[in-house]
Amino acid sequence: MLLIHCPYCEEARPELEFRNGGEAHIARSTSIADESDEAFEAFFFIRTNPKGLVYERWRHIHGCGRFFNAVRDSVTDKFLHVYKAGEAKVEPSALMANLPEHGAYANVPAAELNAKTPARKRATKDGEA
Amino acid sequence: MRKYSVFAIAREAMRGHKGWEQQWTSPEPRKDYEVLIIGAGGHGLATAYYLAKEHGITDIAVLEKGWLGGGNTGRNTTIIRSNYLYDESAGIYNHALNLWDGLSQDLNYNVMYSPRGVMMLAHNVHDVQVLKRHVHANRLNGVPNDWLTPEEAKEFCPPLNISKQARYPIVGAALQRKGGTARHDAVAWGYARAASARGVHIIQNCEVTAIRRSSNGHVIGVDTNRGPIGAKKIGVVAAGHTSVLMEMAGVRMPLESYPLQALVSEPVKPCFPCVVMSNTVHAYISQSDKGELVIGAGTDQYISYSQTGGLHIINHTLDAICEMFPMFARMKMLRSWGGIVDVTPDRSPILAKTPVPGLYVNCGWGTGGFKATPGSGNVFAHTIANDNPHPINAPFTLERFRTGRLIDEAAAAAVAH
Ligand SMILES: Cc1cc2nc3c(=O)[nH]c(=O)nc-3n(C[C@H](O)[C@H](O)[C@H](O)COP(=O)(O)OP(=O)(O)OC[C@H]3O[C@@H](n4cnc5c(N)ncnc54)[C@H](O)[C@@H]3O)c2cc1C
Ligand SMILES: [Zn+2]
Repeated sequence: MLLIHCPYCEEARPELEFRNGGEAHIARSTSIADESDEAFEAFFFIRTNPKGLVYERWRHIHGCGRFFNAVRDSVTDKFLHVYKAGEAKVEPSALMANLPEHGAYANVPAAELNAKTPARKRATKDGEA
Repeated sequence: MRKYSVFAIAREAMRGHKGWEQQWTSPEPRKDYEVLIIGAGGHGLATAYYLAKEHGITDIAVLEKGWLGGGNTGRNTTIIRSNYLYDESAGIYNHALNLWDGLSQDLNYNVMYSPRGVMMLAHNVHDVQVLKRHVHANRLNGVPNDWLTPEEAKEFCPPLNISKQARYPIVGAALQRKGGTARHDAVAWGYARAASARGVHIIQNCEVTAIRRSSNGHVIGVDTNRGPIGAKKIGVVAAGHTSVLMEMAGVRMPLESYPLQALVSEPVKPCFPCVVMSNTVHAYISQSDKGELVIGAGTDQYISYSQTGGLHIINHTLDAICEMFPMFARMKMLRSWGGIVDVTPDRSPILAKTPVPGLYVNCGWGTGGFKATPGSGNVFAHTIANDNPHPINAPFTLERFRTGRLIDEAAAAAVAH
């Protein structure tokens, strides 16, 4: 089960309190009847479904009830960022730069992760991460 | 390929079992093929087999990033049935069911297809209406499906708890007697062996990293971790990874990939005669020939490629199992795992040509494509060989999400798989 940080309640709560709302930043047309079939298909059915960073909506349905956005790595399921509805999207490059412990996670052999000192503490020495 | 038979067993018994051949060869990839199939799951291998057997095309390689059958084919709960609502679905799933019938003989490989009956439970008025509608629709399509009272359901499956005191009492059931199970690994291995015998190259540990196209847009090959491989036609049969592969050819898909889990118990003596499914409390269960209870859980709510799902999803299913079958309450579960399933908006598959010339896609089987393996491979081979769909898969286009001609099994039944 995921632990999800709600940006409104400002605390991490179990996934059971939340409902996933699918891909984020898909704008609904203001005059849906005038949309072409292609545009409607793209809006309604086509999804990015990335293996990597997912921009998605969550609703804290059994908490504050509000919608917010999150960025998650769809391979590790680790959250990189949560932000309130309406706030601007942070580009992937900026997210990755600010999160060193994510770098320690990716492509590190399992044996390394099992080292006695956690990766985060080891990170400061001779550039090892 | 040496044929398997009772004589072969006798011969090998005399010779200390030293004469068994490898089931398929593992050749080095050639530079060019007529057809490349990406993904050596059941559907990809079946496609290659029928291309060779029915269309005379043997210059084929099946590329697999991991090991053959290691995707959803080797992770599923093996339920086979064809009692879907719509005519198009009846067409394709029943085509598969008919092929399951003679598959072991056709492949000379025991796939252990066991038509032991699939029973779907109704717990409330809505379920009764939905399932009866299915029974009638199935009969109109020549798919036998029977309505049972709770007592008849218990007679068919004695472990069932039909007490009226249950939290979700059982008020009826629909039974497709020809439904059942098969051995998933044997399906992948059987198709691989039969395809390899006809000259198909099966190349494992070969991940496709790019799809190459000529200046007029036609596919010309792929890049892989074992170097570039050329091809005139490419079939993508990659289940949960379809969006990733199609993106390489610039095609955005109406798909989302979710983890789906299953688990098995410790093995016990035969005690469970059929397959039981309940969509309302979300549980499905059968017993394998090894004696394990095979239990299917639900999907997680978020897209993921992690091949692991949340523990609460499994717990929820076990709650339902224990209530419907109190005798299993103290069984120990041995293993659980997840696969990544590719789900379409209408919960029907896509087997079609794509906007890219020479590129074909077979995907969207989501939580329920194992049952369709032979039928899917059969009509997809036709589609690739003729550059035109077979009448059975003609409705399962990619364009239906633009035209609105959905095959909306999702809204029809809310069935899990
Ligand atoms: C837990 C679970 C239970 C299920 N239960 C049932 C059931 O009871 N009944 C039923 O009918 N269906 C069931 N299903 C669904 C069923 O398993 C699938 O629909 C079916 O097996 C899909 O077969 P496939 O050959 O298309 O995919 P897969 O077997 O997943 O094969 C796709 C292959 O493509 C490979 N691949 C991916 N990307 C690349 C790449 N870049 N390069 C090379 N190769 C690549 C993968 O490694 C994989 O081996 C279940 C699924 C799961 C996960
Ligand atoms: Zn909240």
